[in-house]
Amino acid sequence: MADRNLAFRALADPTRRELFERLGGGGKAVGELADELPVSRPAVSQHLKVLKEAGLVIDRAEGTRRVYRIDPAGLGAIRAWLDRFWDSALAAFKAELEGSAPPREPPARGSAREAKPSTARRRAAKPKSAT
Amino acid sequence: MTQSIKPAPVRKSVEVPATQARAFDVFTAGFGRWWPRSHTIGKGALANAIVEPRVGGRWYGVDDDGAETEWGDVLVWEPPARVVLAWRIGTDWQYHRDLHTEVEVTFTPVDATTTRVVLEHRLLENMGAAAEGARATFDSPTGWGAILQNFVDLIGRR
Repeated sequence: MADRNLAFRALADPTRRELFERLGGGGKAVGELADELPVSRPAVSQHLKVLKEAGLVIDRAEGTRRVYRIDPAGLGAIRAWLDRFWDSALAAFKAELEGSAPPREPPARGSAREAKPSTARRRAAKPKSAT
Repeated sequence: MTQSIKPAPVRKSVEVPATQARAFDVFTAGFGRWWPRSHTIGKGALANAIVEPRVGGRWYGVDDDGAETEWGDVLVWEPPARVVLAWRIGTDWQYHRDLHTEVEVTFTPVDATTTRVVLEHRLLENMGAAAEGARATFDSPTGWGAILQNFVDLIGRR
């Protein structure tokens, strides 16, 4: 079984994080990435190899190019993200109980208890800028 | 052709200065008081987040304009020891009624004033199946891009 921390460790490196982030906008070849960043082609290749081994990206030959993209089926990224997500959520929970929570911009309106019947319209979740 | 990746559950443990009953109460009834405001999938700014205190209860966020965004629902309700929530937010950052991942939170007394809270987010492999289905959204900047931005925000502090 893959090391569960592999994805997170792979993304701990700022350059790899930058590469990974750039692939979030779509597939790119090594050369394109090297052109966009102050990193040599061999270094980009090496970083992409680490990301690939961590299950974060996949590559595919397209003509003479090898194009890398984020692996949509690979769960390394989402797991690494959730790992940090719950860290910060539980830290906030603990801070609340310690009474040392940083001042909250608008204090939770009303009680957080059982939701009152609301006239608010319900809607499905939507990304911020759906097209 | 689908890779059978089965990620380990995300497991977190924290000790809090509260009785078991208070820890459970603040976690659930007080959910909107402590939940980080940045942790939302709604369109607007998050004003509140609610866990309804019963099996089948809704788990949702409320934006400052009153709009509600579903996150999941309550699967197990055992105050003051345990709650299991269904997290139905996929890798495309949208609510999917049929997506089943679970967040189990247990509250165990350590001593009179301390409680150990253990959180496990499991069945993450179900997100993989959903991701396969949502492949079309993968290149969209609003799908993975939103997750990546959040991820970078979280770990980018160095």
